Parts: sequence; structure tokens; C-alpha cells
Amino acid sequence: MEASPHPGLAVAAPRARAAGLPGGRALLGLVLPLALALGWEAAVRAGLAQGRLVPPPSRVLGTLWGLAATGELWVHVTASLVRVATGFGFGALAGIAVGALTGTLPLARRLLDPSLQALRAIPSIAWVPLFILWFGIFETSKVTLIAVGVFFPVYLGVAGAIASVDRKLVEVGRVFRLTRPALARRILLPAVLPAAVVALRTGLGLGFMFVAAAELLGASEGLGYLLLDGQQLGKPDQIVAAIIAFAVLGKLCDAVLVALTRPLARWQDTARETL
Amino acid sequence: MLVLDRLSKTYADGTRALADIALTVRAAEIVALIGGSGCGKTTLLRLIAGLDRASAGRISLDGEAIAGPHPGVGIVFQEPRLLPWLSVAGNVAFGLSALAREERRARVAHALERVGLAEHAGRWPRELSGGQQQRVAIARAFVAAPKVLLLDEPFSALDAFTRAGLHRHLLALWEESRPTVLLVTHDVAEAVALADRVVVLRPKPGRIDDTIPLALSRPRQPTSPGSEAAARQVLASLDRSLRPDDAPAGARPDATALWW
Repeated sequence: MEASPHPGLAVAAPRARAAGLPGGRALLGLVLPLALALGWEAAVRAGLAQGRLVPPPSRVLGTLWGLAATGELWVHVTASLVRVATGFGFGALAGIAVGALTGTLPLARRLLDPSLQALRAIPSIAWVPLFILWFGIFETSKVTLIAVGVFFPVYLGVAGAIASVDRKLVEVGRVFRLTRPALARRILLPAVLPAAVVALRTGLGLGFMFVAAAELLGASEGLGYLLLDGQQLGKPDQIVAAIIAFAVLGKLCDAVLVALTRPLARWQDTARETL
Repeated sequence: MLVLDRLSKTYADGTRALADIALTVRAAEIVALIGGSGCGKTTLLRLIAGLDRASAGRISLDGEAIAGPHPGVGIVFQEPRLLPWLSVAGNVAFGLSALAREERRARVAHALERVGLAEHAGRWPRELSGGQQQRVAIARAFVAAPKVLLLDEPFSALDAFTRAGLHRHLLALWEESRPTVLLVTHDVAEAVALADRVVVLRPKPGRIDDTIPLALSRPRQPTSPGSEAAARQVLASLDRSLRPDDAPAGARPDATALWW
């Protein structure tokens, strides 16, 4: 949590108190999953349940540990991470560029937006056969699928944010005779940044969704491959281990994105804490 | 000297907002524009600020025609319109990017001092009260040293006590550089407290109905006999301006209470 720039401010007091208890409230959220996990573990140990299809936590953690120890886990994590990062990079850049274009130029909006909205209505997975025909079964088709999935939320978020910039603030820029580039840099950009960050986070979440889909459809490494492998070899503990790895990885990437973009929207700190 | 020459504004939908406004404002004069709602007060200020184009007529400042935002013209809007991502000092410095850093810092510090917000320079706008935000907006307009300052009902959303304080801050800043001030208001007491001259507008379409010079010395007391007589005079004129053009004098004796 970031310290308020003004320690004397009233709103800073409760925040500071929450920070004083490290994770005090977060611990409360752990009660339910821990109780369920321990309950299941106890039930399997006591022989009340077999635990063959729903493995107890000890076995899942054992599998995860085993994968990590042999180094296999890191191979899969790296493979998935590289795909998400590449796809997210291309998709987010394209989304920002096209969103900025249609957000600022009415002509571009009338020209491009209807087609993009029509393309958006297609479930991204529906592209898979075509992408495989076009780009082959290796990395290119997977990265393209992820990029398409990331593109649309970023595009919509950025274009919407630009369209909803307060005209009254734009007039302030006009009164001070800002040139168009200066107006974009000093008024539009800062006004749009918070919403753009939210759009990027949504896009990143979808990136992980599509990397799992792409890897389920055919891959020789990656966390999605680990899922499929667990299904085909009847190893539910490996499936759950891969799911946990996905969850941890997704959360970590989101936290990194938030940390990287925090300085851009520092003025909106209080609003962002509720996200 | 600010000259408005037969200024008219007709909107695209055919609404005639202003018709044949002719007004000359001397340098350092404070003129209050007063009138009922819909008489084009805000439209007039937007034309002078260069945010809208006039349909006919011309505006000139010291002989130079104004057709767009002009460095000699500053405006304070009805709302503070501070940029929420800049600190208070950053907002005041917004129009000064052409100046050297030291000069800019000195001007901003001085303006914030003048509006009594020097200790809030590093705060975010959202941490200030409405009256404080409007003071920042006034400082932002003054710091660019405009020859003409336009004020569009800047105090209308504030309580009477805060407003009186802001009048003092405004006059203190005005004393320093003595710009021409055009103040739009619907508050007779505000016009009498600040202006050298009150221009009464008549609605539909907006045009000048009456001009009342206020020969009162500053600082003014709202309760002094001079101020009270001036306020009565402005009210009577406003009352006349709201009567339909063809109505006989005295047809609506209760209009004083209804003019807004």
C-alpha cells in the first residue's frame, strides 16, 4: 500500500491502520479454502472418501513439488509465460493504437469500429482452425490467438476512455492554447490512463484464458499441456497442480502489471484500491 | 480596451442566443453582466474566450481581433475545472509551460499566497473544498497575467460566507495587475460588491438592456447606504428587463421577487 502524500489527511488514518496489521483482513479470506482443504485431507485420511478423482491437498502439493524439483514445472511455466507475454504484447499494442485512433478521429471510428465490433462478436476460439491452417500448429498460431483475445478488451477500454474524456477539461487546454499534440499529452493521456490500465488488466486475464485454450488444443509443453496430459493419463493431482500454477502465475502477472502502472495513476490511488 | 462590436450568436438549431451586443470595456474596469437565465451571459463569455465563434460582429482587444483563444484573455469557469492528476501547484502552473522553471515557481507560489492556499500547494485537487478549488482556478487564470479576465458565475455554487471571502481574494489579485474583468453573475449583491459598472441583459435573444455605473469606493460594505441604493437600482433595472417588450410599465409589480 502506498503512503498518502499527506499524512495529516483524515482518510489516511484508516488506511495506515490496515497497513499496520500485515494481511490482517486478507487472512480472513483464507479461512474458507483452508478449512475445505484440511477437511478433505482429513476425510481421505480417515477413509471416508477415496480421493482418487479429487486428490487430497497433500498429494496435489506432492505432485507440484515433484514437478518443481525435476525442473519440469519451470519448463511448462516458461513456455506458457512466453506465449502470454508475446501475445499480450502484440494484442495490447494493437488495441492501444487502434483504440487511440478511433477514439480521437471520428472518421476512423466510423470506418473501423463497425467491422471491429462485428469481429468481436466471434468467439475467439472459433479462429483456431483458421489460425492453424494459416500459421501452423506451433507458436505463431497460439500467440495470434492470445493476441486476438487481448486486443478486444484493450481496444474497447482505450477507445471508450478517450471518448468519455471530460470536454470541460479539454476546454481548459484550449483556453491555454495548447497545440493538438500538447493537448493529447497533457490532457487526454493522463485522463485516459486509469481506464487504460483497467483495460490492460482485463486483457491480461483473457491472455491467460487463451493460453490455456491454445495449449489444450495441441502443445508439447506449457501448463495447458500439463492439464491435458493429466487428463489423458488419469492424473487428477497433476491437473489440479497445473490449475494452481495457472492461478499463482496469473495473480503474479496482474500484480506486476499493477505495480508497473501504479505511478501512472497515482492521483487516483483511492479509487484503484477498490479494484 | 475590450470592444464588442454588434456581436450576435445564433446556434445551429436556430436559437438566437445573442443579438447586437455592443460594449466597450476600459482597461482595468470591472464590469458585471447580470440577467435572468437564458439571456446568453455564458455564451457571451465563451465568444470572448474564443471557445465559440460569433455568427456576426467582432471582438477586439486593444485593436487586435479575437477569433480564437487569445493569450491576453483568461477565464474562470463556473466549475473549478482543475486537472485531477496535477497537484494544486501543478494546476496553477498549467498555462505557464513556456516560462523558465524558476520564474514559473515564483509566480505560482505568489499566486497561491494571494489566494491563501500556499500551504496546500502539494495537495491533490480532490482534497480541497469547493471554495478552495475555485480559488485555485482563479489563481490559475491570474498567474498567466491576462489583460482581460472573464469570470462565469464562479461563485454561484458556494455559500454566502465563502463567497464574500472569495470576493476579497479576487480583488486582492486584481489590485496587483489590474486586468479588465468581465464578471457574469445572477447575484445583485455580488455585482454591487465588485463592479464599476453593471450591464443588465435582456433575454430571448440576449441583448443589452441597461447600463448602471456604480460610483462606489473600495473596499465596499454591503450594508452601506451607497451599496444598498445601488442594489435597489440594479434590481429595478433587472425587473424591467424581464418584462415582455410590449408590457406597460408597472404591469407586474411583484416581478422583483421573480426575476431569476
